Amino acid sequence: MKGVMSNPVSVGVPSPQSGSTTQRNVKSSIRDLNFFYGDAQALKHIDMEIYEHAVTALIGPSGCGKSTLLRCFNRMHDLTPHTRYEGEIRLFPDDVNIVSPEVDPIEVRMRISMVFQKPNPFPKSIYENVAYGLRVRGVRNKTELDGRVEAALRGAALWEEVKDRLGEPGTALSGGQQQRLCIARALATDPEIVLFDEPTSALDPIATASIEDLIISMAGSVTVLIVTHNMQQAARVSTYTAFMYLGELIEYGPTNEMFTRPREQRTSDYLTGRFG
Amino acid sequence: MASLSPPLAIDASHATVADIRANVAQRRRWDLVFAVLGLLATSIGVVTLLALFIDLVMDGYQRLTPDFFLSFPSRRASEAGILSAWVGTCLVMLVTAVVGVPLAVSAGLYLEEYAPRNWLTTVIEINVSNLAAVPSIVYGLLALGLFVYALGFGQSILSAGLTLALMIMPIIVVATREAVRAVPHTIREAAYAVGATRWQVTRDHVLPYSIPGIATGVIIGLARAIGETAPLITIGALTFIAYLPNPPLTTTPPFVNFDWLWSGFTVLPIQMFNWVSRPGTAFHANAAAAGIVIVVLTLLMNGFAIFLRYRLRKRINW
Ligand SMILES: Nc1ncnc2c1ncn2[C@@H]1O[C@H](COP(=O)(O)OP(=O)(O)O)[C@@H](O)[C@H]1O
Ligand SMILES: [Mg+2]
Repeated sequence: MKGVMSNPVSVGVPSPQSGSTTQRNVKSSIRDLNFFYGDAQALKHIDMEIYEHAVTALIGPSGCGKSTLLRCFNRMHDLTPHTRYEGEIRLFPDDVNIVSPEVDPIEVRMRISMVFQKPNPFPKSIYENVAYGLRVRGVRNKTELDGRVEAALRGAALWEEVKDRLGEPGTALSGGQQQRLCIARALATDPEIVLFDEPTSALDPIATASIEDLIISMAGSVTVLIVTHNMQQAARVSTYTAFMYLGELIEYGPTNEMFTRPREQRTSDYLTGRFG
Repeated sequence: MASLSPPLAIDASHATVADIRANVAQRRRWDLVFAVLGLLATSIGVVTLLALFIDLVMDGYQRLTPDFFLSFPSRRASEAGILSAWVGTCLVMLVTAVVGVPLAVSAGLYLEEYAPRNWLTTVIEINVSNLAAVPSIVYGLLALGLFVYALGFGQSILSAGLTLALMIMPIIVVATREAVRAVPHTIREAAYAVGATRWQVTRDHVLPYSIPGIATGVIIGLARAIGETAPLITIGALTFIAYLPNPPLTTTPPFVNFDWLWSGFTVLPIQMFNWVSRPGTAFHANAAAAGIVIVVLTLLMNGFAIFLRYRLRKRINW
């Protein structure tokens, strides 16, 4: 963590919006979001806009609620009993509140997919891993499946490595390949937002770098929300960064601004490695 | 850092190598004592079992001729066979498996994947586990009242199969739940995250990945059912049957036939029990021969369960 300040961060920020000149659409708008595990409040009054076709990073010390916020976006919390959302996450262009109990979580997950901390391919073939999201929504046509599996694997920079062994089990790949397989699985369904929860924390530096490149390249076509505890990673891949602390959103803005001129004392303390 | 100080300095006077060796040797002695005791305990079990089996083989092996498998019971020991018994066992097991396995696997899946975690579920779970320990004769009594009289199935293969199905369901439910619980939560999350419904997650992932464990439970349950005597005597199995039920498959359309479900029946352990309880020793060889058949069947099934566990597990690594 110490390296961050000595090498301040404008480095890897993807080009166009170093200033705030580019006009961006809002893809999603979080409005006064509270989240509860039983009686424990894990998110407090979060207000935040997620910009379309950009990478937004969530940083903050362990336990501050980054994963909790991320998992609101595809309603993963619905799988845990005694959890409760309050407030709104509005998804555009159709302006649906995706955390409303009236919206089916499956509908939300069909629009917003997720890549997890530890690669979790199914113990099925590489092909079936990628095709699964399409199969569950009833795609049967072999030509269509083949095409979309290939496109997703290309999108995850894995096609060249696996095109001759699509029938082999996905679990037989290396850790980095498994994670790219999971990215392909998340891309195959043409999601509007892809969520990443510390996607490289179980990977070696080389595999990490390839995943980071991938995330940067995805941003042109899809909105990315990524949790990371690695500030260099946030600096490298993201355009916007949100700093969270104890369930609150402390500071949010363009990554290069936050890393060079943090507005809040707590942000600056965290970035300089004084806590967390 | 620590490398500068000498190793193993516990107090000022350092132990010599000789001291250390004496100390280790002394503690090792208890290793040996326990190893010997354990081996002894294990051998008592294995040797007793082996002795019993050898005794059975010595008594019964001359009777294990093809005729023995193809003859009905008879008043003359040397002509009596186990034809009606093994056919009965097969048909009863068929009913048991066809009824018991889907019910028990569904129940296990439901309890693990669907049931809300509340006190009712907990009560049901504790009860299911306890049911596995209920003496089998109690199942026999229940079945006598329910299947034989209340539902009017009579003293039939159907009643027997249902009784044993009831009896082995807890075993299969418990095995199913354990297998299902062993499927990592991350796999379920992965499937839900692409928009799968609970049923799709269960059908496409949870169930297929837990098949090895479930199959093991099914076979162990059936192996137990094959040797059951008490509950079937309770519901009125016959001990002397010189006919076969109508075969389930026929040569004329519709090719299947369900008359056999209503037929009276006997099974291997009951036939064996019958022969053992005859006065004189003439029938004891028959009983021993039938015993060999049951033991071999059970061992084969357990062996198959172990084989399945190894083979199918190897295909799945998370
Ligand atoms: N399933 C859960 N049940 C109860 N509390 C939880 C659960 N998951 C996380 N929490 C709590 O919510 C807070 C935020 O956790 P999390 O979002 O995982 O943090 P982060 O990802 O930033 O490390 C923590 O205090 C954590 O203990
Ligand atoms: Mg986390």
